[in-house]
Amino acid sequence: MSIYYKLGYTLLGLLIVLNWGMLMSAIFRKIVARVGGRYGIPYYQPWIDLIKNLGIRTTLSHGIMFYLGPVFRFTGAVGLFLFMPVLFGNEAWANFSFQGDLVLILYFQLFGMLGMALGAGEGGHPHSAIGISRGLAQHAAIELPMTMGIIALAIQYQTLSISDIVAAQQGSVLNWSIFTNPIAGVTILLAALGAMGHSPFNLVKAPNEIPIGPPTEYHSTFLGILMSSGAILHVMEAVLFMNLLFGGASNWFEMILKTFLIYFYSVFVGVVYPRFRIEQSVAWFFKIPLLLGIIAILMYSF
Amino acid sequence: MSDLNINQKVSEMLQRSEANAQQDEKTFVRPEDELREVVAPDGSIIKINPLYDYYSGERPQEDKPKNAIVEKFLNWARSESIWVLGFGTGCGSIEIPPLVTPRYDMFRFGVQMRATPRQSNAFIISGYLSVKTLKRVIRSYEQMPSPKYVIALGSCTINGGMYYDSYSTINRLDKYLPVDVYIAGCMPRPEALLAGFGELKRLIKEGKGEKANEYARNFDEYKANQKKIIKDWNMPDYNW
Repeated sequence: MSIYYKLGYTLLGLLIVLNWGMLMSAIFRKIVARVGGRYGIPYYQPWIDLIKNLGIRTTLSHGIMFYLGPVFRFTGAVGLFLFMPVLFGNEAWANFSFQGDLVLILYFQLFGMLGMALGAGEGGHPHSAIGISRGLAQHAAIELPMTMGIIALAIQYQTLSISDIVAAQQGSVLNWSIFTNPIAGVTILLAALGAMGHSPFNLVKAPNEIPIGPPTEYHSTFLGILMSSGAILHVMEAVLFMNLLFGGASNWFEMILKTFLIYFYSVFVGVVYPRFRIEQSVAWFFKIPLLLGIIAILMYSF
Repeated sequence: MSDLNINQKVSEMLQRSEANAQQDEKTFVRPEDELREVVAPDGSIIKINPLYDYYSGERPQEDKPKNAIVEKFLNWARSESIWVLGFGTGCGSIEIPPLVTPRYDMFRFGVQMRATPRQSNAFIISGYLSVKTLKRVIRSYEQMPSPKYVIALGSCTINGGMYYDSYSTINRLDKYLPVDVYIAGCMPRPEALLAGFGELKRLIKEGKGEKANEYARNFDEYKANQKKIIKDWNMPDYNW
């Protein structure tokens, strides 16, 4: 396939993923509203919010890094998409995945977060600084068990390529990693609760904690970029867990169904359990998920 | 820190406040906002003017709508996505929490609360506004990005209401900030607030939500009114 076709498919895929992410965030807010007994927002609200934010006339800057923060975040989200095989066995939607892309994906997960931290730091608002320190502390606690679970899968399949890991799970539902390696699977799924950023692990960005957290100073177009990169990130993280644990997807319908279920597993946990304070959430990740992660790795050492 | 140090610090602060008290009230600067010199780790001396770290040095500019068709579309989006600053200024703010409950649920109409002025479009002045709060309200209002809207809730914002002769509250809000929508009553019920949002939406869709430009145009007049009533004006005129 020529590189131009490939670029076209990738851009189309990005558009689908962006819109699916926006719809997921709308459904998420709708579910939270219904659980609270409210009617909730209209399904098209995230798109209107995005247009509104892009249409704001005032744009204030606090310096170069303030501009680059949302750009880094967006790069992290798009990078996650570019190097992820979204559909298995499909050359067009394998995007630019390659042997060893698992390491790059793990890196891109952190990349947006760091960019955000730098940008929000330049904003100079004290709430941003507190939000960043909380966010990075929690992210470190999430990354540790998650990376252990993912490395356990890499050892199991003897590869660092996501496409190969998906290929190894084909044939039957029982071939999925969640059944062949349940300990690593549970570790990753517990860490995924934190990575998705819903309650009980949403202290960093919850509007009713320190106002809004890191993006306190971000407004207008900056906020629009952050919103759209957030939508892409949510879908791509669900796609990562789908590829690692649930046998990937061979068509868009399967992909949308599986990402929906993975994403809403974290949403439903969120509407049931109240929010953790930051020290509670860090301690939570350092207990059972970390222990399971260590066991998942140690299993292959003996 | 030893006791001696604390005593020294306190006496320094007292001296400063005495010196401040003797000064003309309009040039009052809080001790932490004073111009000062700081020694950096490498030994160089840096001059810091905290006021200009927190405030802007520029006058607000009018930002007029450009392309009529695009603006019509954007106005529709603005009217369907009103983000309200969560700043309860008076007793009327007790009428706002019911709006997020199942009974009234303002999310249906695209209205949400935001915790920071940078991301808000609408400011609800809820009820009586004391002079002390007015200062914070002005700062928050000026930090909001344009286009921005003000909803005045309750009779007190129109003519002072039951506090018409109070020494510490203002009587007419529109002397100090341009108001888009008034909701009369003492107190107006949450339904009235929802009706007010409906009215604001109508104004925005008709292209009449340009009060931020009016504020920029009549900036000197508004500032003169604000300074007349706020005695300890200790900030620059430009707050964004």
